[in-house]
Amino acid sequence: MENLRELYQQIIIEYSQKPRNFRTIENAEHECHGHNPLCGDDVTIYATIENDIVKDISFMGSGCAISKASASIMTTLVKGKSLDAVQSMFDGFHNLITTGETNEDMSSKLLVLGGVHKYPVRVKCAILPWHTMMNGLKNECPDN
Amino acid sequence: MTFDVDKIRNDFPVLFQSSRGKPLIYLDNAATTQRPKSVIKAVSSFYENDNANIHRSVYELGERATIKYEDARVKVQKFINAEKSASIIFTKGTTESINLVAYAYGRTFLKPGDEILYSEMEHHSNIVPWQQVAETTGCQLKYIPITDDGTLVEDWRNYFSEKTKFVAITHQSNVLGSINPVKDIITYAHDKGAKILIDAAQSVPHMSVDVQNLGCDFLVFSGHKMLAPTGVGVLYGKTDILNAMPPFLFGGDMISQVGLQSSKWNDLPHKFEAGTPNIAQVIGLGAAIDYINELGIDSIHQYEHELTQYALSKFEELDTIKVFGTRENRGAILSFHSEFVHPHDMAQFLDADGIAVRAGHHCAQPLMERLRVPATTRASLYFYNTREEIDILVNSIKNILKIFSVESQPK
Repeated sequence: MENLRELYQQIIIEYSQKPRNFRTIENAEHECHGHNPLCGDDVTIYATIENDIVKDISFMGSGCAISKASASIMTTLVKGKSLDAVQSMFDGFHNLITTGETNEDMSSKLLVLGGVHKYPVRVKCAILPWHTMMNGLKNECPDN
Repeated sequence: MTFDVDKIRNDFPVLFQSSRGKPLIYLDNAATTQRPKSVIKAVSSFYENDNANIHRSVYELGERATIKYEDARVKVQKFINAEKSASIIFTKGTTESINLVAYAYGRTFLKPGDEILYSEMEHHSNIVPWQQVAETTGCQLKYIPITDDGTLVEDWRNYFSEKTKFVAITHQSNVLGSINPVKDIITYAHDKGAKILIDAAQSVPHMSVDVQNLGCDFLVFSGHKMLAPTGVGVLYGKTDILNAMPPFLFGGDMISQVGLQSSKWNDLPHKFEAGTPNIAQVIGLGAAIDYINELGIDSIHQYEHELTQYALSKFEELDTIKVFGTRENRGAILSFHSEFVHPHDMAQFLDADGIAVRAGHHCAQPLMERLRVPATTRASLYFYNTREEIDILVNSIKNILKIFSVESQPK
């Protein structure tokens, strides 16, 4: 099981047990539901934006440790960032978990999910909260 | 005859390999089983010695291919004790078999106001085709709920009405392992004037199924869940009903006479086998049935029953794991859930120990909703699995629970 610890670093297990920003936001202007029909992962993102800055963001839902940790780290990182910065963070994260490549601007918190790229089936778990957030921020949520 | 598992395992080359550096433990048999050497050999031998198209060749090779293909039909007929080989239609799997009945029977004979009855534990393949029938014909869909312990409600008879015209129900749940009282359901459906289809994908590979004794109108199953290649499945139907149904697919082999304006249909079973079928795979199914017959389906059932009971007892050591389903009337499937470890994480960690299990909704989303879980982890056994493998599985789960630090948390 030891070789799996690269994928499941202790911090990921902790995040999954004590997720950050795991709550709803009353009357959030941006709310989006994301679902992975193949595995049943389910996430709802809530966000408020002021002057193109993400003022508050949270999530609810059920999913595996990878998806919960990914959502926790994501909400922690994007709070207070501009929409442009969030977009480039998304691009960098997408690249990280599909290829394993990092960039200079990348937060070290994201790097704990770097092992995902070796497990193609799990990429969807890590990216679901991010896709859902981007759809929500752009008000392009397919379920709404 | 004692059931010599070590000897039996030698017939399955795929089992002897390491996975992630550990000996492979294959526990995803409800998804697909492995193939014994005799089945692999039957397929390769067909291609090496007998390959030709069937039913329309005068030359010797074609004759031989046809004989082997039709021999397999008789093997299936005998295996489920059908009265006539014309009752046995080869399809590409359970899903196609159900679709065939839904289209050719459902859309022809069901009318607005009629009711189709299925259960809350059906596989998507025994729900979605009926939803399409309802949409096209205007008939209604009803379902029999299940209890908290994963069995059909005791008063299932109350879900029938005078309008119930078709029943589609699984013999054994692919998630819970629960075995339904299909004989009683068939008798009751007939009393009510309804036709009934039994989804036997999870039962025929593991227990003796006798269609004449059951009396069902249709029974469907897949080859690949019982040692045979993928791409072959079976539809059993009563010949008078099959004769009354229009064809499902149109083309070669299913016709007796073709004019430029109209055609006449061939006799059963060919009426429902348009086009060149999966000949080698059908012959592989015949070899799979030979293999099962040699072991004896009742011996297989008994061995699997004991192995399942052993596994259920071992799982009781895992305080925070809930196994769905009852102890009795169940097949060799264990779906389980932990509040602390998501099924995906569980399956990923088991994989690291060389253990192949399935995590997800198992194509049974309505059932997942009923069980109030997003997904389960499922270990499904076959007669080549051993108690040692169960021990390794349970130990591995113990370690995973430790990693997720839930060992001492209350249930």
